[in-house]
Amino acid sequence: MSEVRVEGLTKAYGSLRALDDVSLRFPDGGFFGLLGPSGSGKTTLLRAIAGFVAPDAGRVLIGDQPVENVAVEAREIGMVFQNYALFPNMSVAENIGFGLRVRKLGRDEERRRVAEVLELVQLGPLGNRRPHQLSGGQRQRVAMARAIVTRPRVLLLDEPLSALDKSLRVDMQIELKRIQRELGITTIFVTHDQEEAMTLSDRIGILRAGRLIREGRPEEVYADPQDAFTARFLGEANILTGVAEEGGLRLADGTLVHRPQGADAGLIAVRPEHLEVSVAEPACPNRLRADLRQRVFAGAMGTCVMQWQGQVLKSIARHDDLRDLPETGPVWLCWQDRHARALVQEP
Amino acid sequence: MRRSLADWLGISWLMLVLVFLYAPILVMAAMSFNASEFYQLPFQFSTTWYERLARNSAILDSALRSVVIAAVVTVIATALGTAASIALWRYEFRGKRVLQVLLFPPIAIPWLITGTAMLIFFYAVGIGRGTPAVILGHVALALPYVIVVVSARLTTFDRSLEEAARALGAGPWMVTRAVLLPWIAPGIIAGALFAFAVSFDQFVVSYFLSAPGDNTLPVLIYTAIRKGFTPEINAISTIIITVSMALMLLAARFTKFGGER
Repeated sequence: MSEVRVEGLTKAYGSLRALDDVSLRFPDGGFFGLLGPSGSGKTTLLRAIAGFVAPDAGRVLIGDQPVENVAVEAREIGMVFQNYALFPNMSVAENIGFGLRVRKLGRDEERRRVAEVLELVQLGPLGNRRPHQLSGGQRQRVAMARAIVTRPRVLLLDEPLSALDKSLRVDMQIELKRIQRELGITTIFVTHDQEEAMTLSDRIGILRAGRLIREGRPEEVYADPQDAFTARFLGEANILTGVAEEGGLRLADGTLVHRPQGADAGLIAVRPEHLEVSVAEPACPNRLRADLRQRVFAGAMGTCVMQWQGQVLKSIARHDDLRDLPETGPVWLCWQDRHARALVQEP
Repeated sequence: MRRSLADWLGISWLMLVLVFLYAPILVMAAMSFNASEFYQLPFQFSTTWYERLARNSAILDSALRSVVIAAVVTVIATALGTAASIALWRYEFRGKRVLQVLLFPPIAIPWLITGTAMLIFFYAVGIGRGTPAVILGHVALALPYVIVVVSARLTTFDRSLEEAARALGAGPWMVTRAVLLPWIAPGIIAGALFAFAVSFDQFVVSYFLSAPGDNTLPVLIYTAIRKGFTPEINAISTIIITVSMALMLLAARFTKFGGER
């Protein structure tokens, strides 16, 4: 187990800056989610830590040891690839035992550890199968088992769940978290799925166009996104623009609303779950008159889609609370002062 | 299910192609069992020609020489060709494109010209004629085939397998041996078959480069035809065809002609 650090990591492909001066600390034993849209550099960052990408500048440290002169095969990493990359010419047990065979641990030790890890990922009886005889979820487990059996210092996961269908993905998220906790292994995980990142990670880092925009605990980043990109990327957000003036923020329709500290740029975010919709005028510090366009039913929760000043606003509430609303028509929107978050312009 | 007219036409066409391919071979095989030396009918079954073949040391010697040369050529060409394919696939270097393009013309250059050029060249560098020259010549002819077939298979290799092996601690040699070679094995087998066939069937280059008297089988057959054809040639040809077809079927079974397993 080791802490991983990257310092000033930069990598350009031609004129494209895949990584632009990224510095980050991945705590020992933590589960760190790297999040960003495609092309944001998250995979390049992971591959630089693994050693598949040689950075133009900056360095990678695994357990306080700089690894720029350490080849991939000597970095003692475990990696799970997006397509699992199971060796098709080997059985499940041979796949898992490959890293042990390379380390020449001996037949008995290899067999013992393969059996042990097969139990851990709950694939006990499948050791003799070939990869093509397995389901997607089983392949995922084999890839995971193969990556952890060598007891690596750090576990790197490149969108490991993206090839699975939704219900299986949720099961595997729970599994992944369980295995990671059991082993206490430093884990770095790349995903474009923000929900997945928040579910799994102790900490997340958000990347955009090769730059690290934000880093922190998921709850903390979600509650206080600080910039418009993070607000929109992590969950949904209603972003309102206005002019800062004495006593508040003047919105486009002339309404004066509460201006949280730091909102000098005139940009605030209100999460959909904090926006209340009602027909009667509410007793509420921040009110807007908007036009309800659509109500979307999604099990326990319902979404209201409103039009306001040419902009779409969303509200999420328990379905029961939306029963009194009409299908469409004029409504009031309301939020509490403490739920308005100041944003700086997109970095 | 009823077949339509188009189906029947298609099947008839296929039959025609098969007849075109196999009729001459079947006639030859039949004649090797015919007692008459001059292919006279009615057909009279006889194994005379096989018995005479068994006593014909000239034919047997040249057949053995052909097999040995083809085997040596197959080993050399397959090893060199596979290594070259992997190098071309794995590394970027100056002049790689030129090299890749230069690999193809030898397939298209008429063997007569290649043979002449080789004869001149081998005399110039002091190798001259003889079995080493024949082997060198055959290797040169077979190499492009091996490279083309193995390279085609390499393009289907998923590079993340290589990365996965490296992440697990495998060095370059281990990655090649444990992951890459098993994947391209069908291509290597197919390439080896090509190399064997190119060498074993080779007439022109062998004719030019063989030392007088040290004939390979195709050269011997050619000489025999000029002196007067005997059905012993049919007999050895029939044996060769049977063995090659068995080999091809075996290879097809193992490689599915290079397809996925």
